Amino acid sequence: MRFRDHVVVGDIIDLASRYRDEGADELVFYDITASPHGRTVDRSWITRIAKILDIPFCVAGGIKSVAEAEQVLGEGAEKISINSPALSDPDLINRLSSRFGVQCVVVGIDSQTVDGDFRVYQFTGDPTRTRDSARRTVDWVREVQERGAGEIVLNCMASDGVRTGYDLAQLKVVRQICKVPLIASGGAGAPEHFRDVFTEAHVDGALAASVFHSGNIAIPDLKQYLIGEHIEIRP
Amino acid sequence: MLSSVRLAIIDSGGANIASLRYAIERLGVASELTTDKLVIRNATHVILPGVGAAADCMGRLERADLVDTILNLQQPFLGICVGMQLLFESSEEGDVDCLGLLPGRVRRFPDREGLPVPHMGWNNLEIQHPSPLLKNFTEQDYVYYVHSYCAPVSDVTLATTHYGEHFSAIVQHENIFGAQCHPERSAKSGALLLKNFLSIE
Repeated sequence: MRFRDHVVVGDIIDLASRYRDEGADELVFYDITASPHGRTVDRSWITRIAKILDIPFCVAGGIKSVAEAEQVLGEGAEKISINSPALSDPDLINRLSSRFGVQCVVVGIDSQTVDGDFRVYQFTGDPTRTRDSARRTVDWVREVQERGAGEIVLNCMASDGVRTGYDLAQLKVVRQICKVPLIASGGAGAPEHFRDVFTEAHVDGALAASVFHSGNIAIPDLKQYLIGEHIEIRP
Repeated sequence: MLSSVRLAIIDSGGANIASLRYAIERLGVASELTTDKLVIRNATHVILPGVGAAADCMGRLERADLVDTILNLQQPFLGICVGMQLLFESSEEGDVDCLGLLPGRVRRFPDREGLPVPHMGWNNLEIQHPSPLLKNFTEQDYVYYVHSYCAPVSDVTLATTHYGEHFSAIVQHENIFGAQCHPERSAKSGALLLKNFLSIE
């Protein structure tokens, strides 16, 4: 689940509590307070979340150094997710995984199809800066694993927000070369989309935001549906 | 009953011990994060969390001169994740000798098609032997795992989980308990596990 829109902390805590109670298996928080200019930011909101959540959670956004990661983990997050900073400074993945262990280090990849190949995009959080990173997605997926990524979240950009289903074709290709847990992101709009991404692309997790925030899909109903479809998940 | 608990959490130096402390707080129990031998000896219950590599964790316990103290604990003692792995004789991770409170060697999951390592996610417990630690547990209880190494199934195994193979999920020998999962991040099932542990006298 993503918290990408601008919401104040009180609202985040209410939402996090709601998703905890509804049976979400993990939450991802996109830290919009992170500064693009590297000044120290107040991350005490993470502690407030850690105190009320009894499920794992990951903080994404704005982590460009071991020191920043240490602060986020010290506040109580299980995992940190890095995306654009890893593209600018790939060795950051090595430094983070050797300091904290691969299990803490999630690499987010924004990818889309260009001329029949999958390409990695950078700075997707800001439409005016979004650009082709000049990397093939399959090459980057291999590289981040070698560098110590413990989990990969593949956000298929063309699917993101349109609710027509996960990009199964792309996820299947990446699954074949991804030896660490792979989380699908982008495109969930109906319960069948979740079923398909597990049964066809064999991902380890499915991430969604807008369908849950809007209330279009309730997590308990989705879980009942998936159990009925013989997908092994936590009830 | 939990009001009389004085819990010592051994500070094994991991970055995210905070979440364990918060889980204990949610049960209404005070805990002390410590490397002080006296505090550990005088606690009613002791938890050894572990995050990071087995050899690093073991090295930190040795440098803090805590090994003898741990080996002589008489009160209920729970190792979590790498903290549980350290209870065994040795670990393949860094080829390190561990505490030897439980028999066996901790090994890495082999590469298997379709089973990523680290093993990360929610699995249920298959209960092998009843124990106060597993009071009110059913096989519908799912717990959260993040690990690349696991302990073999043996006489000390109370519950197993299957991930390509059966591994020891929950272990016990006398006052020594271990949980490979992260109870602090295992929702209601994890809270039940911690509460059961703190209720053991």
